[in-house]
Amino acid sequence: MKFLTAAGNYFILLAKVFARPEKFNIYYKQFLREIENVGINSFGIVVIISVFVGAVITIQTNYNLENPLLPRYLVGVTVRDSLLLEFSSTMVALILAGKVGSSIASEIGTMRVTEQIDALEIMGVNSASFLILPKIVAAVFFFPILSLLSMFVGIFGGYVLCIFTEVVSPSDYIYGIQYIFYPHYISYAVTKTVFYAFIIVTMSAFQGYFVQGGSLEVGRASTKAVVYSSIMVLLANLILTKLILS
Amino acid sequence: MIEVRQISKRFGTSVVLEDISVTFTKGITNLIIGQSGSGKTVLLKSIVGLHSVDEGEIWFDDRLYNTLSFNAKKEIRKEIGMLFQGAALFDSLTVEQNIMFPLDMFTTMTRKEKLNRVDFCLSRVNIHNANTLFPSELSGGMKKRVAIARAIALNPRYLFCDEPNSGLDPQTGIVIDNLISDITKEYNMTTIVNTHDMNSVIEIGEKVVFIHEGRKLWEGSNSDIMHTTCSELNDFVFATSLAKKIKEQP
Repeated sequence: MKFLTAAGNYFILLAKVFARPEKFNIYYKQFLREIENVGINSFGIVVIISVFVGAVITIQTNYNLENPLLPRYLVGVTVRDSLLLEFSSTMVALILAGKVGSSIASEIGTMRVTEQIDALEIMGVNSASFLILPKIVAAVFFFPILSLLSMFVGIFGGYVLCIFTEVVSPSDYIYGIQYIFYPHYISYAVTKTVFYAFIIVTMSAFQGYFVQGGSLEVGRASTKAVVYSSIMVLLANLILTKLILS
Repeated sequence: MIEVRQISKRFGTSVVLEDISVTFTKGITNLIIGQSGSGKTVLLKSIVGLHSVDEGEIWFDDRLYNTLSFNAKKEIRKEIGMLFQGAALFDSLTVEQNIMFPLDMFTTMTRKEKLNRVDFCLSRVNIHNANTLFPSELSGGMKKRVAIARAIALNPRYLFCDEPNSGLDPQTGIVIDNLISDITKEYNMTTIVNTHDMNSVIEIGEKVVFIHEGRKLWEGSNSDIMHTTCSELNDFVFATSLAKKIKEQP
């Protein structure tokens, strides 16, 4: 029953979010601000994690391909496919659920408990749309860019490892990266990321928007936002993979 | 004028407001007083539409407010200014941007006109050279004054204040009270102030409504309070030994 009530409130909130904006130029300014909050501020963490994960996948794949009959360029193939198919979309989404999701839930939750949302409503502003829609648009627009960045940087991380450690020769690695490349892996990853962006922002905003109480409840909402959006990302991953790759 | 007719509000099985009828007059400061938990904040939030009432009617002049659709309510809400207990300024915006926000949302004024209006509103609440400060850089009293400036930016017809001097020292509290009273007369607004501060009652309580356990027990002016026979109101108003001594004086 509690789940059904929450699901109902979630869809009612979405209906409010997608109501016609009061003033497009104000929403556009909000969108630009959210591009910075949701997207540009996540560049650093995505780059750092992707570089290290690319390098680690290279070492682990090499460790598992010790059979001399297997060509060395398979390391590059494996790194590329791991990053494109799963890490740069789903794993990056889980990282962003932690960073962006908790930030959205605590920002909106704090606005709720300090009556800033009530102040917007009193002015006649659709607070749900004003606060959440620009975040959704910014995330849907920018998360795929972060995913593409993660692919590039992850592959680069593996390449740098090859240069400095010669786990695999850089030429074998590059050959593997280019070997039987399916471009639709990228569109698959980008499609998934668009769904993840929507899930992370709406689930987190939902947790923040309906906070009641004080700072303790805002903290709880922030934790719930990360947990629920991560679970929904994993569920969406399963469904989308089944739909797109089969 | 705002008229409330027989409104009731429940949260689950708990009755928070019961059969309240009261008329708030235009051009004077109307006070709602009562103990903490008496239901005065729920009453104020029900009047402005932040809570929906279970029964009764709320009239803003000749418009029945509580049964209107969200979009229809929006039109009336543009005529409402509200000062919240914690000021509720937008943390991410400067003082200037906070006051400019309703102007950006609901007017077609040029940037210069908006800046002039912001400066006028700020000077009206006696704040100078604070345009670029963020709310976190302001004192409690300044936050309240900036919130009043934002509330009057669109020349509202109705002003609501939820415990405007909570968290302020008595002197600053009186400054805020007088500011609200002066602005009410200047713009001929219907103003409703929620308070449990007796200084406010004595200073600006031209009309006072006493709420006790969700019911209206008394209404009158600040001068009538001294002679009331309502025992709950007497207990509330003359709670301190000093107040009791004052009342006992011939």
